Amino acid sequence: MEKRLVLLVEDDVQMRRFLRVTLESEGYRLVDAETGGGGLLQAASRNPDAVLLDLGLPDMDGIEVIRRLREWSRAPVIILSAREQEHDKIRALDAGADDYLTKPFGVGELLARIRVAIRHAEMQASGREESAFTAADLRIDFSRRQVFLSDAEIHLTPLEYKLLLVLVRNAGKVVTHRQLLKEVWGAAFVEHTQYLRVYMTQLRHKLEADPARPRFLINEPGVGYRFKYEPGQSK
Amino acid sequence: MEEKRPDPEAVLAQVREDEERQRQGKLKIFFGAAPGVGKTYAMLEAAGKRREEGVDIVAGVVETHGRRETESLLEGLEILPRRPLYYKGKTLPEFDLDAALARHPSIILVDELAHANVPSARHRKRWQDVRELLNAGISVYTTVNVQHLESLNDVVHQITGVTVRETLPDSFLEEADEIELVDLPPDDLLQRLKEGKVYIPDQAAKAMENFFRKGNLIALRELALRRTAERVDEQMEHYRRDQGVQAIWPATERILVCVGPNPRSIRLIRAARRMAAGLRAEWVAVHVEAPSHVRASEEDRRLLTEHLRLAESLGAETATLTGHRVSEEILNYARRRNVGRIIVGKPTHPRWKDKLLGSTLDEIVRGSGDIEVYVITGDDPERAPRAVEKKIPLARRPSEWLWALSTVAAATILAAVMFPYFERLELVMVYLLGVVVVAVRTSRWPTLLATLLSIAAFDFFMVPPYFTFAVADGRYVVTFGVMFIVALVISGLTLRVRGQAEAARDRERKTSALYSLSRDLTRERKKDKLSEIAVKHIGEVFQSQVIILVSDERGRLAVWSTGTGTFAIDDKEMGVAQWVFENRQAAGFGTDTLRGAKALYLPMVASSGPIGVVGILPADGNQPFEPEQVHLLETFSNQTAMAMERVMLAQQAQKEHLNAETQSLRNVLLSSVSHDLRTPLTTITGATDALLRKGDGLDREKADELVRTIHSEAERLNRIVRNVLNMTRLESGAIQVRKDWQSLEEITGVVVGRLSERLKDRPLNLAIPGNLPLVPFDAMLMEQVLTNLFENVLQHTPPGTPMELSASMQNEGVVVELADRGPGIPPGQEEKIFEKFARGRSPGGGTGLGLSICRAIVEAHGGRIWAENRPGGGAAFRFLLPVEGTAALPSPEEES
Repeated sequence: MEKRLVLLVEDDVQMRRFLRVTLESEGYRLVDAETGGGGLLQAASRNPDAVLLDLGLPDMDGIEVIRRLREWSRAPVIILSAREQEHDKIRALDAGADDYLTKPFGVGELLARIRVAIRHAEMQASGREESAFTAADLRIDFSRRQVFLSDAEIHLTPLEYKLLLVLVRNAGKVVTHRQLLKEVWGAAFVEHTQYLRVYMTQLRHKLEADPARPRFLINEPGVGYRFKYEPGQSK
Repeated sequence: MEEKRPDPEAVLAQVREDEERQRQGKLKIFFGAAPGVGKTYAMLEAAGKRREEGVDIVAGVVETHGRRETESLLEGLEILPRRPLYYKGKTLPEFDLDAALARHPSIILVDELAHANVPSARHRKRWQDVRELLNAGISVYTTVNVQHLESLNDVVHQITGVTVRETLPDSFLEEADEIELVDLPPDDLLQRLKEGKVYIPDQAAKAMENFFRKGNLIALRELALRRTAERVDEQMEHYRRDQGVQAIWPATERILVCVGPNPRSIRLIRAARRMAAGLRAEWVAVHVEAPSHVRASEEDRRLLTEHLRLAESLGAETATLTGHRVSEEILNYARRRNVGRIIVGKPTHPRWKDKLLGSTLDEIVRGSGDIEVYVITGDDPERAPRAVEKKIPLARRPSEWLWALSTVAAATILAAVMFPYFERLELVMVYLLGVVVVAVRTSRWPTLLATLLSIAAFDFFMVPPYFTFAVADGRYVVTFGVMFIVALVISGLTLRVRGQAEAARDRERKTSALYSLSRDLTRERKKDKLSEIAVKHIGEVFQSQVIILVSDERGRLAVWSTGTGTFAIDDKEMGVAQWVFENRQAAGFGTDTLRGAKALYLPMVASSGPIGVVGILPADGNQPFEPEQVHLLETFSNQTAMAMERVMLAQQAQKEHLNAETQSLRNVLLSSVSHDLRTPLTTITGATDALLRKGDGLDREKADELVRTIHSEAERLNRIVRNVLNMTRLESGAIQVRKDWQSLEEITGVVVGRLSERLKDRPLNLAIPGNLPLVPFDAMLMEQVLTNLFENVLQHTPPGTPMELSASMQNEGVVVELADRGPGIPPGQEEKIFEKFARGRSPGGGTGLGLSICRAIVEAHGGRIWAENRPGGGAAFRFLLPVEGTAALPSPEEES
């Protein structure tokens, strides 16, 4: 299989060096750019499989980079942000970024995110609809709208199911509050995060063995939710 | 012999005075006995010398009266253009004060100090212009004749028969830095007069003829010489004081002069001033306000005020006492103030009045003890500058007469009904009752009318022969007389009691107004609120609209008061207010300065100086405030100023405190951070160095050990940096709490998930009830709180220590508890551990910021955090998050 190409847009020299060593040793090819403009140019000429984008760029706002990239590219974008950029991070996700990592991050986490992002993008590109989804002892039958935990069927309300579905379709990726509310309740409800809390709690209590230590339904405070999932974990 | 040292207080006062004088311009007065002695000439000569010395000198006003030799001296001197002012259809070239202030020379020449300005000028008198120049730091050369001195006004009148209207307060002359006597023997002056060298205005020509008689000139010269000599004496005294030479006169000598509305008081005041100057004594002008005089006519009040002002301008302290017995009040006051001499006017009323009512003078003399009493004749009333007598109405209201008439009529009818059954004595009582009623309801003259009518009616209807005024029995005349006297006494007493009550009410009103103002002011902490309170109170008490102007750092006034009760201010009025602020002196409507203004403006003076201006626009437009009202107003405005100053100082102090705290935080942070960062950095550098050097030489196990060390030290660094960052952002206010309805279970899950690696060797029980409602908090900040609490336990307890996180709904909100079975908190430290940089005892700890961040965040949520040791060992950290209302939740849906 051909090696995947990752584009890194990051102004810090040490970060670029560290990521190059790490990713190349993990079987990726890497191109990098120091600026947002350079990154967009690289993206256009090299057509990467995934983009790692630092939010604090010297020449332009990271959100602007995403917006311009999204005009013509569907390549998954993973944001690398510092803690002070919480708010920018959410804006970037809503602007079309696929996931984020807060600095400092572990290599394992980074690789997992890249894998999920690439897989997700390929799934979407292929237009393939899977009929079922399995993660550990959780199994979802999409065609019958049935959910099983250790082969016992779990009854979900229509909204709970819809919510679970959105998360599972984006398995491994963070989905912002806004995106979830829009998809499940509709555009008029994007501010009603308390709806999410209630339904997520219900879902957790139905699907998690220990709701206070969830295995699947992970909260990303201030950002959204993530269905914790590693490709290859199933099948 | 013991050397007398100068009193430190007095020295300090002297230093302050000197400093004030340093900033002020110097005043030099060329002082003469009469017109024509050559004051202007002398002034110009002195000016010429200074100009040659290179001093920046300008002629503001110089009246040469067309004299050649004087005019020649003006040559080469910069002359300030006059400002044409219109007065009664004429244009008068007046001194241009603003131009002089703008030009700001070192010295300015201002001739004829006693000159009265036209009404459209800023000040009423030229000496007030001069004072403003001096305050602005400009030195002034000026001229004045002895007859213009306030205290000598009547003496000059006695000597020359000429009344001088343009007067100058003696105190102003005394403040002069230098007085140069311009002396010319009377014969020489007369010679100059003959030669036509003395200017005499046409309209005064006749009066001046009398003036320039040799006898007059000798007397005036003596006055001028004496004043100058007195002045030299004063300088001597100053010198003595400066040098610490013991005073040979008793400094405590005080003179008291009794002042009333009577025009003779003026003479008393001047006499007192002369005596005080002669004795170098302080002097007090005292007026006793008897309650029965409270309703003194407006004219009397005006005169009285004028007299007190005159006394003030002559350097007296003034006091108004209230009491029924004038003599008693004066003597008490005199004893209290250690007065040695009392000056009283010679009585002018008829002798019988004294016999009947008692003589105040007599009482003072008898009660004076060791105080000397001087009785001085007043001026001849004809000669006294008596103001035009204003017609005082006999009754306060016309209806009072009607009251008197109808009451007597009613008494007569009642007496007529009683007539067949009662003695005449009882009927007299009925009439007396009527008089009392009238006295209670009306004023003096209607009561007198009622008394006379009662006697007449009694005579006409009740005394035989009936229906005539004739009296058959002579004994009834005695009845009438007794009736008259009894009625008079009763009505007099009634009126007096009422007067006292009214006076008391008036005082009460003033006191309570002032009290309520200061009470409201002390309660308030905001500056704009203070001005609102002041506007309300002053407006209510003085029935006027009020504006409060407060200065900014550059001394420009800005309007502070808003809303009803305040008035709009235009540029012209603003100019007046600005002047008041800069000169610290009241001006505007009803004062001597800038009289054209619509409102009266008073400076708001606090202890550190003026902070603004209060403007008062009287409700009925053209009625100036009475002096006592102005006094009260001053008190009001200064009270407000003090309150504002207090608030401003408090704000400043708070700001400085905050600055200092931030500064110290920064310092501690710096030292703490440099230490805390360096330790893990040293480890990382060392470990990586070892790895790089040895490379393959290091065995696998040791290399892994080093890498693990690097990893954990890096994590520690991350934690430190995160906490430091958070603390700085919390302190600087950069973090805003964004509350949302959140699930505590969810956020706990996040934290436990993140810390799972470090928590794995400690049994952790999560006891969050599933039915716990949503709680409003900022998820990211709460994640921080929980993380820090967990890290704190990890830091201070050994591995294997059991922990429990629980939450419960209480009355005020949700209480979250993290409890452990570790060593617990050192007793007495339960509070302290939440303070910044409070480090626990375990080595290699954090920055001492974790718990204080928790506290800051919890408190920002309106909650509180505390810690205690658990029974059975270990510590418990609890925090409360208030819950108000409930989240708007979706309606439950059907299970599918």
